[in-house]
Amino acid sequence: MPSPLLEVKNLRVEFPTRRGTLVALDDISFDIAPGEILGVVGESGAGKSLTGSAIIGLLDPPGRVASGEIRFDGRRIDNLPYEDMRKVRGRQIGAIFQDPLTSLNPLYTIGRQLVETIQTHLPVNAAEARKRAIRLLEETGIPAAAARIDQYPHQFSGGMRQRVVIALALAAEPKLIVADEPTTALDVSIQAQIISLLKRLCKDHGAAVMLVTHDMGVIAETCDRVAVMYAGRIAEIGPVHDVIHSPAHPYTAGLMGSIPAMDDDRERLLQIDGAMPRLTAIPKGCAFNPRCPRAFERCRVERPELIAAGRTRAACWLHADTVKAAA
Amino acid sequence: MNMTADSTVATKPLVEVHDLSKTFDVSAPWLNRVVERKPRQFVHAVDGVSFAIERGKTLALVGESGCGKSTVARLLVGLYAPTRGRVSFDGVDTGATFKSADAQTLRRRMQMIFQDPYASLNPRWKVADIVGEPLREHGLVAGSGGLSSKVREDALKARVSELLQSVGMAGADVEKFPHQFSGGQRQRISIARALATQPEFLVCDEPTSALDVSVQAQVLNIMKDLQRKQGLTYLFISHNLAVVRHVSDQVGVMYLGRLVELADKLALFATPRHPYTRMLLDAIPDIHMSGRSRTPVQGEVPNPLNPPSGCSFHPRCPHANERCKQERPALQRLKGVLIACHGVEEGRI
Amino acid sequence: MPAAPGAWARFFDGDVWHSFRSSPMAIGSAVVALVCVFCALFAPWVAPHNPFDLATLELSDSMLPPAWMDGGQAKYLLGTDEQGRDVFSALMYGARISLLIGGASVIVSVLVGVSLGLLAGYAGGKIDAFIMRVCDVMLSFPSILIALLIAGVGRALFPQAHDSLAFGVLILAIALPGWVQYARTVRGSTMVERNKEYVQAARVVGVSPLRIMRRHVLPNVLGPVLVLATIHVATAIQTEATLSFLGVGVSPTSPSLGTFINEGNKQLFSGAWWLVIFPGSMLVLIALSMNLFGDWLRDALNPRLR
Repeated sequence: MPSPLLEVKNLRVEFPTRRGTLVALDDISFDIAPGEILGVVGESGAGKSLTGSAIIGLLDPPGRVASGEIRFDGRRIDNLPYEDMRKVRGRQIGAIFQDPLTSLNPLYTIGRQLVETIQTHLPVNAAEARKRAIRLLEETGIPAAAARIDQYPHQFSGGMRQRVVIALALAAEPKLIVADEPTTALDVSIQAQIISLLKRLCKDHGAAVMLVTHDMGVIAETCDRVAVMYAGRIAEIGPVHDVIHSPAHPYTAGLMGSIPAMDDDRERLLQIDGAMPRLTAIPKGCAFNPRCPRAFERCRVERPELIAAGRTRAACWLHADTVKAAA
Repeated sequence: MNMTADSTVATKPLVEVHDLSKTFDVSAPWLNRVVERKPRQFVHAVDGVSFAIERGKTLALVGESGCGKSTVARLLVGLYAPTRGRVSFDGVDTGATFKSADAQTLRRRMQMIFQDPYASLNPRWKVADIVGEPLREHGLVAGSGGLSSKVREDALKARVSELLQSVGMAGADVEKFPHQFSGGQRQRISIARALATQPEFLVCDEPTSALDVSVQAQVLNIMKDLQRKQGLTYLFISHNLAVVRHVSDQVGVMYLGRLVELADKLALFATPRHPYTRMLLDAIPDIHMSGRSRTPVQGEVPNPLNPPSGCSFHPRCPHANERCKQERPALQRLKGVLIACHGVEEGRI
Repeated sequence: MPAAPGAWARFFDGDVWHSFRSSPMAIGSAVVALVCVFCALFAPWVAPHNPFDLATLELSDSMLPPAWMDGGQAKYLLGTDEQGRDVFSALMYGARISLLIGGASVIVSVLVGVSLGLLAGYAGGKIDAFIMRVCDVMLSFPSILIALLIAGVGRALFPQAHDSLAFGVLILAIALPGWVQYARTVRGSTMVERNKEYVQAARVVGVSPLRIMRRHVLPNVLGPVLVLATIHVATAIQTEATLSFLGVGVSPTSPSLGTFINEGNKQLFSGAWWLVIFPGSMLVLIALSMNLFGDWLRDALNPRLR
């Protein structure tokens, strides 16, 4: 078993406010192996984007990492000074954000942005950097890349821009890419193109991906493993097929049931009553217990850790009889 | 051309739309046009759309950005006036009625629900006022004359409470402000507002697109329950085909302002005929990973300012021929569905 | 069922009040401004003397320096002018006129500007174009010149004008160049709000455009107006002072701070510095405190900075 590329251990992210400290991420732990695609799925407020931001080191103040550690390639990165983190960003960890419009600087040609990124992180001269940039653009499927490299972002459509953003993310040959809702702002037909592009390119370049999204369909098509988040905690984590088809956590089961599927003829969708708790009012014990149809006494009192349940691990006391706790 | 697919003429459709079109003038300002010699520019947001919705049924319109489905929604409720074509509601021409003195009577019978739960409620108004506005506007609460305004206020609040409860919220929420609610709850408040005048027809513009999946399930269930209880007719706009399959009876697929296919739900999803419909269905990520093979998707939606000639889908269509580049296909009944495609008409596809 | 918190309770619990409490500058400037306004409004009761009551004036007490200097008297804290009027009291009475005129012109500016801005933003098309062109024209003239023009014309038309008419002309002169900034700001906000779905929902319900503008859009665009108005009061007072200094402002029978500065300026070479410095400082104090308060208010109301 090769050592993991990214290790997140007991990460806790807090937001001190005048009303008290809000815990946005509460003791989460997971790994990403080299070349693996891990999906992080959850609803609004679950903390999935925050996880991505914490890993890249771009938490918006006053948010901060209160405890726990993030290790990349064996080295701790959560407590690095700004300059060192800046070197890690781009070279080791690339990022793709949701809105292709704001991810690119409208005042510079995409060629210049690509070359700048490449030269910042790799010891190549300008001509070589430009050649690599053109090659990257061709790989991402931009037609006539050699000509279009000198165009400005506004001259590209939404889908094209997102391809450029992917090219930018891969430019410095990072080992991990954090993609935060990369397809949400795109049309359905473009989404499919971008997802398959991302998958193929990351395989070709040997990059692992942490794909943050709320869209379960995208996860099903792209990821090897998936972590389901709820109220700042991981509810379930495991291979994609198992989490989707035999979810061990009642929340995951509820999520799957509420998604209408193409072969689904139910009259009513499965509905989880209530809503995700706000950060100021997270219930004691298991965060999901007020909404859980299978909650019992222990759930209301004690917060469960990730417990092995079938082929996944779920933070749920229903599986407490299986002996092993999460390693 | 009989627009009601397969049904008998026993029930006249509640909503009939014929050759509906809306063109927006997006030319540069007059001064710029004169100085820079720019031509006038138009966007044909909706271009000759025709369909009918029967009472108590749901017609869904799907398509990607720029297809004009939201514009169709706004044309139906009178937020825009059509450039061409007509909309009939219960046999009456809405275009003329919205301009006449009977406009309010018509408005009472049709209402709209919007996409963004955060922008569709006035942030400075209490829920009681938001949901109560249609009641006040149409004079639907506790008559006038003789009654003090306090009594009327109380009656209004009571009615608003009732409406909130009918969408699964607490009656006590009347006193709160929108920012105190989550996205799903706000959308339910929007639904309560739309139902205040007891309309027969609801236009829903992407009502669940901005909501989380579990919240979406709640809202969709409520909408279906209400339809059953009150016999509502829906026009449901969405880009999410799975949701559309769950809620609709008939589905219309739009592309760049035109209707390309209109069929009963089961027929459309089982055997999509138009190449664009097939492409859309293929593009949906498959949550059950049945491992189906897919035709790769090509190209992007063209710029609506400069649409392709003939059939606007031809640049992306694997079956396009010369005729497709020149001649715009008409919407006709073929193989039991309404479809605008030369390939299907010629039997090629 | 527990009653929802009332409007005041919500305000004191909110971010704006909290930001206020934690900003010494905001509190300081608010306090200073309030004190000035209070003294000015209640001058007849607060001031030690009434400098305009000719019966109480004593020529023998004229041109006295401030109390802490040789020759000064404790009775006249900041000295007196050549007619024996107490400078300290005159400050308050003068500030009263200044604030009244400044406040009134801001109110007129706001009413005109917000209405036109709403109309332009909501109606769009030719109406919008017309109003914006008018704004452009108004902005191309320096506001002082417009004010001078109106004041001068007013004087020429009504040479024996009653005081109140002179006030009206002066208020108009200051308000006229001022409404443009409100119109533009409100127009921009209105155009944003008009496309929001709650306005469209109101249109679908059938609410008339006037009601939509008044009840839906207006409350949501007033924020920046409040900030502008606060700072505008300071500007208006200064404009009034300038006009009075130039002699086309208020009549001498109801002098404002500007008038005092003007008269004091003439006495400067006789060594009576207190006749200019104190009215001038009062003017600066009021303007500064309002500007600082307006600055804080703008940051406090800006949702992005919170």
